Amino acid sequence: MTQIHVTTRINGDATEFLCEAEETLLDVLRDRLGLTGTKEGCGTGDCGACSVLVDGRLVCSCLMLGAEAEGREVSTIEGMANGDRLHPLQQKFIEKAALQCGICTPGILMAAKSLLEHNPDPSEEEVRYWLAGNLCRCTGYDKIIRAVMETAADLRRAS
Amino acid sequence: MRYEAPQSIDAAVALLVAETGAHVLAGGTDLLVKLRAEMIEPEVIVDIKRIAGMKAIIAENGGWRIGAAVSGAEMGEHAGLCADWPGVVEAAGLIGSTQVQGRATLAGNLCNASPAADSVPAMVVAGAVVRIVGPKGARDVPVIEIPKSPGKTTLAPGEFIASIFLPAREARSGDAYLRFIPRTEMDIAVVGCGVALRLDPEGKVMAARVALGAVGPKVIVVAAAAEAILGRALDDAALADLAAACSAAATPIDDKRGTVDFRRHVSGVLARRAAVIAQSRAKGAKA
Repeated sequence: MTQIHVTTRINGDATEFLCEAEETLLDVLRDRLGLTGTKEGCGTGDCGACSVLVDGRLVCSCLMLGAEAEGREVSTIEGMANGDRLHPLQQKFIEKAALQCGICTPGILMAAKSLLEHNPDPSEEEVRYWLAGNLCRCTGYDKIIRAVMETAADLRRAS
Repeated sequence: MRYEAPQSIDAAVALLVAETGAHVLAGGTDLLVKLRAEMIEPEVIVDIKRIAGMKAIIAENGGWRIGAAVSGAEMGEHAGLCADWPGVVEAAGLIGSTQVQGRATLAGNLCNASPAADSVPAMVVAGAVVRIVGPKGARDVPVIEIPKSPGKTTLAPGEFIASIFLPAREARSGDAYLRFIPRTEMDIAVVGCGVALRLDPEGKVMAARVALGAVGPKVIVVAAAAEAILGRALDDAALADLAAACSAAATPIDDKRGTVDFRRHVSGVLARRAAVIAQSRAKGAKA
């Protein structure tokens, strides 16, 4: 079967890949490009572990075909830290122990980053609703919510 | 399976006509789940997002034409649309998570033809009209005529929805949609209810449309509920009549998410509450 040639940008880098029509963006990221930071949880858009940004919009990469990425700008967890310098959300998640097993963490970080770009001063309720599509079976969410709220406050003070 | 991303409606229709096993891809939030579950095994996926206009919200005759690939998130960020049809926007906004909102579309919610589709009762009461394109050209059809039965629509082979038109909002009118779910987020309606009202200068109802979701094989327009409040102020007695008409019109099933009796009761409760919100919007409330 003829593979589809896709030209895209991933974390700012021009990227080309070949994929089958049925491959999801998640499959492409993990299996073709070695970007395994994005996780597969449910594969049906319920858990948010595969969250990435496409043209700045938070989406589940399991619910998008790789071929649809043609000409798009994709951001994954691999692009979140600046070299060795962690993003403030990443730093805060470590400080506040807002993770345990870590499978949901890349998706939650991408979703939280997207939230703070839309709304630098979210209420706790707004954080909880925004992250409702990111399931975590370890933490009970409380530390995650607090880490996001505190990061938001830190970023507001810094700006 | 092949993936095609045509640049024009004509090219998309040609692909859909050529292959009986063709499926349209807009937001993909239902389609990719079905692909993965092997509920469908299409020969070709026709991605309509590269066609001009599919991602646009355009002012037209005082109303809004919403491209078939416009996402819930994009609708929620459109100030004009939110001001005119808040019920439709909030119904679409209830579907799935933030991530799903980044891709899910009105047209997809309609064509997936779930009895519980949140946006459908809201579109029905808004008087929304879909523009269908296909091998015989374009035709405009009210939303209510699209769902046929669970998972089935009245679209003919080779046809797809190119856009959805929400008409001009009339003076002293408002809409609202509410659903019941046992959690606060990430769930499917046990009952959904859309209400659109137009008030006369004295605040009495001069026109009304009421529709229920998830309590029948497809969306139910409750003409008796609209008639029950016509010419009346929405006092407790009028709202009780509205609720009774909705409970009577519901034809739900028993399942793990709700019993028949519960769904009938909640149909009335939601209609009453949605009518109060629609009324306040008709009187100028912004929320």
